[in-house]
Amino acid sequence: MNEQPKLTPVPSNAFIPPRDIDKSPILECHHLGIDFGGLVAVDDFNLTIGRTEIAGLIGPNGAGKTTVFNMLTNVYTPTRGTILLDGKETRGLKTNQVCKRGIARTFQNIRLFNDMTVINNVLVGLSNEMSYNVAASILRLPSYWKAERVARERAMELLSIFGMEDVADVKAGALPYGAQRRLEILRALATNPSLLLLDEPAAGMNPSETEDLMANIRKIRDMFHIAVLLIEHDMNLVMGICEGICVLNYGKIIAKGVPEEIKNDPVVIEAYLGKRGAK
Amino acid sequence: MIIFQHLLNGLRLGSIYALIALGYSMVYGIIKLLNFAHGDIIMVGGYIALLLIGAQVSPVIAILLSILGCMILACVIEKVAYKPLRSAPRLSLLITAIGVSYLLENLAQLIWGADPRSFPSSKIIANVNFSLGGVTISLTTIVTIVVAVISMIILNLLVQKTKMGKAMRAVSEDTGAAQLMGINVNRTINYTFAIGAALAGIGAILYCCSVPQVKPTTGYLLGIKAFVAAVLGGIGSIPGAMLGGFAIGMAEVIVNAVGLSSWTDAVVYLVLIVVLLVKPTGFMGRSMNEKV
Repeated sequence: MNEQPKLTPVPSNAFIPPRDIDKSPILECHHLGIDFGGLVAVDDFNLTIGRTEIAGLIGPNGAGKTTVFNMLTNVYTPTRGTILLDGKETRGLKTNQVCKRGIARTFQNIRLFNDMTVINNVLVGLSNEMSYNVAASILRLPSYWKAERVARERAMELLSIFGMEDVADVKAGALPYGAQRRLEILRALATNPSLLLLDEPAAGMNPSETEDLMANIRKIRDMFHIAVLLIEHDMNLVMGICEGICVLNYGKIIAKGVPEEIKNDPVVIEAYLGKRGAK
Repeated sequence: MIIFQHLLNGLRLGSIYALIALGYSMVYGIIKLLNFAHGDIIMVGGYIALLLIGAQVSPVIAILLSILGCMILACVIEKVAYKPLRSAPRLSLLITAIGVSYLLENLAQLIWGADPRSFPSSKIIANVNFSLGGVTISLTTIVTIVVAVISMIILNLLVQKTKMGKAMRAVSEDTGAAQLMGINVNRTINYTFAIGAALAGIGAILYCCSVPQVKPTTGYLLGIKAFVAAVLGGIGSIPGAMLGGFAIGMAEVIVNAVGLSSWTDAVVYLVLIVVLLVKPTGFMGRSMNEKV
């Protein structure tokens, strides 16, 4: 593992939106795999994501989708394979360093800081951007006031994306469910990522909320020019906004392609519905 | 008037307990560890101040160095004893903390001897008494209360208004999520230990000034009482630790005032038992309902 990480050419079988094809991909996974004891949870996972792509990772329950997210953020250390973020290997980094390098995520079961206010949740995400030292904060030096003011303004700006400025001082735990999901996305955005991982962002949402969410994900991509990789079971959402889709079953990729291809792929239908469904 | 006198004494004792309880509570909040070595850090702080003043160092510098010494000691303990056990069961951490506590006590006994040494309190706070309508107030009392309150205000600002404070609250609520949001968890834990130890260092000076002596077991009872205060206030809660500290201080003074001074310690432990039976989360603690 001592070899110098290098920029690999985009594999010819990778799906990347045409507008990203002449740029280096933001994320490349090469033969990624992880074992838990004797159980092979994910194996031979290859994925390339373009700079501004919205990609989907789908598959039946227990297929290993969240495990892939955990490997990408170094919560789990992959047993095999390489992850290149912006051409650089992320092996051996701590999760907070991966976040600094540009991967931010949300969680399947919401994990906000419930006892902190909405704006403070966003400010936690922004704390790496704030540069002042402890002495400055104790002595209340100008550098402290300036950094705190800039961060607050930035946090309010982020909240305004989803129209959440007026709940800025409400405790995050007191927000309704949908707002908590939105706040989690904003907190992740605050860390200034180049790749945003969304773990089941539409879980528990009704069709009209899901509709809003789709618009919001597109809005984020267009505003920040970032890539989004999302895990989702809601096929309307996946087929509606994802440009490339990767289907995982029993830890292995069984199909990759654009939504139209995935929709009609007999292997995918079989994985979801069983053999008779594929007929 | 006599009530006012007791009230002041209770505040003085309570503010020392509160300063120390804060260290217990903050460390518990962030890594779920009852840091029983915390009391002994106070003892070390007392000895540092005593030795430096004995060596003709100016009291201000001696105090600052002793606080700094407490901070460094706490960080070293964290690094050597607790960090390797970060993912071990909580019980191992607890036993380690008790071990560190005994280590410090016995090292102190080895180095400085078991006999109490008198603390040069008059060099730090002049031995002056004020008389106000029948109430005698010593300067030590005033300084203790004022310094403790100022320290707590600074702590509150630090926790509420700075990025490090937000990181501390985030880590104590959900370490994994905080780390995924780019928070450096190890550094945050280090800061927490350092801040807790700084408060303990301040508490050490104030305590030694009012006793005024230092011995290797100084931190033992003081630490236990501050721990009771932290539990009473709701361990993990910063305002709770302050409140608990004052409550225990008051309780002790009241027991003394009614003439049962040999019962003081018993009452403190009784308070602990009653709190654990009636309201285990303390005044301001979060309930710990595990989701099934």
